[in-house]
Amino acid sequence: MRSLRAGRLTYGVLGLFTAGSLFPLVWTAIAASRTNTRLAQTPPPFWFGGNLGRNLQIAWTDANMGTALLNTVIVAGTVTIGTVLFSTLAGFAFAKLHFRGRRMLMALVVGTMLVPPQLSVVPLYMLIAKLSWTDRLQAVVLPSLVCAFGVFFMRQYLVHALPTELVEAARTDGASSLRVVWHVVFPAARPAMAVLGMLTFVMAWNDFFWPIVALTQNGSPTVQVALTGLGRGYIPDQSVIMAGALLGTLPLLVVFLVFGRQIVGGIMQGAVKG
Amino acid sequence: MTDETAVLSPSAAAPERAAADGGGRGRPGQVWRSRRYRWDLRWSPYAFVAPFFLFFAAFGLFPLLYTGWAALHQVELTDPDSMTWVGLRNFTRLWDDEFFWNALRNTVTIGLLSTVPQLAIALGVAHLLNYRLRGSAFFRVAVLTPYATSVAAATLVFVLLFGRDYGMINWALSAAGVGPVDWQNGTFASQLAVSTIVIWRWTGYNALIYLAAMQAVPGELYESAALDGASRWQQFLHVTVPSLWPTILFTGVVSTIGATQLFGEPLLFNGGAGATGGSDHQFQTLGLYLYEQGWVNLHLGRASAIAWAMFLLLLLIAGAARLLRGRGDTR
Repeated sequence: MRSLRAGRLTYGVLGLFTAGSLFPLVWTAIAASRTNTRLAQTPPPFWFGGNLGRNLQIAWTDANMGTALLNTVIVAGTVTIGTVLFSTLAGFAFAKLHFRGRRMLMALVVGTMLVPPQLSVVPLYMLIAKLSWTDRLQAVVLPSLVCAFGVFFMRQYLVHALPTELVEAARTDGASSLRVVWHVVFPAARPAMAVLGMLTFVMAWNDFFWPIVALTQNGSPTVQVALTGLGRGYIPDQSVIMAGALLGTLPLLVVFLVFGRQIVGGIMQGAVKG
Repeated sequence: MTDETAVLSPSAAAPERAAADGGGRGRPGQVWRSRRYRWDLRWSPYAFVAPFFLFFAAFGLFPLLYTGWAALHQVELTDPDSMTWVGLRNFTRLWDDEFFWNALRNTVTIGLLSTVPQLAIALGVAHLLNYRLRGSAFFRVAVLTPYATSVAAATLVFVLLFGRDYGMINWALSAAGVGPVDWQNGTFASQLAVSTIVIWRWTGYNALIYLAAMQAVPGELYESAALDGASRWQQFLHVTVPSLWPTILFTGVVSTIGATQLFGEPLLFNGGAGATGGSDHQFQTLGLYLYEQGWVNLHLGRASAIAWAMFLLLLLIAGAARLLRGRGDTR
């Protein structure tokens, strides 16, 4: 067999790499539990202090974190539902249905993955300004509602995971397309939908470039935008900034703790076929 | 609903057979049903792909083309409705703009500093993860955790870690006998620091992609290499890396695209001092310069021109990748 058993050195190096991956996160919590004065001393703190509650509270009120978190949940949730739904429908059509222009349209989908988002920010901003959507959540939700990678991912999955005979059997039973989607496609696609949903949620939660253009701290900011407002004081309180960073990261870390294995599986699956 | 359950009988799918069966349904209903069925069969694929293309047209394609149009105008953020035609002036100004070339240079160096080590480390980590490991699920999740951290949160932490006077990294360097580094004001140092944030967030992600590709390499390749007396290192070099070449290229292109658009890290690494990318623009990237021109200096037309310059850069990279792929195939 090919996979050799790992030796001590392997565990050692992997352990170091893992520590490097996790350390900044742990240290965020440590710094968030200290005072600003303590952070401005050497050596830096290596263990938790007693100031976490106070810092979280200041971050919460100063950056309006409650609203920001709620906004982010709304944005990330809507974007995720839209992306998963539309990607599954389009992915199914590209994987199993025959229609004129299928190849060309699929090539177009893949091609759009190469277009950088920054190429469209100026007109997009002009558009939302014209619609008076600046500072409103729909300004960040609508442009992210569909995703070429999602369509591609679902197509790749459904080509193999959904037996064509099953679709044809449902057809010969006279099922309409919507019934086929509901009773055959969705059940077959569920695992991939879950993975795509989690990946989309992480991406939407962490999105930064467009939200900071479209939303300000005075309107309805997402957590990422609200975080940038924390360091604005004359002498910024670093421990409070870290508390804010912690608040913005924690929800996703919980998602990771619960679904980490599925997310890992999804990335690896998407990679092989991509 | 009742109508649809009726359709479940074979009559709609195979009308001629249904007629032979002589099912007791009226003809007009059958004709209507089969027509509706054909209509459904023909048009529903378009309905399924329509949302993607509609949204893409509105929020992707239209803005893309309009950026080109806006780049030929003078437009101010304060009054985006009034556009004055200036032809190629936005582009010629960029050509003479030292800050543009500075941002372009920074984007290239930070891109190299972040992409090359990132992919090299990812390849090594993937190789280790490919061994039979206890707790492999734990390692995989732990390695991916930085991916769940936002640019904003990650950068704010690293600003603190890279602090000149009290940062942990300088403290460790001093303890090791190397003098403290001014991570924010030194040109190379600040670019290295910004790259570190990128490397930290994305290495694990790329490692998992490599791991997936490694697991798809057929075992016989290794067996025959071992029979030929290849050491493990030689196997890695002559079996693993060539087999992974397409994946390496893929991650290379994706990371390079990401590096071209680098924005959040250099913005926030500045410690709240705005979009200049450091006191001397030492880590201002193209993405940040675009933002500065458009949303700080309010020149949307010039920002559009920068966007198109970035697009050209990406096309160059895509062309280079195509050449590289051709070389990889002939191996």
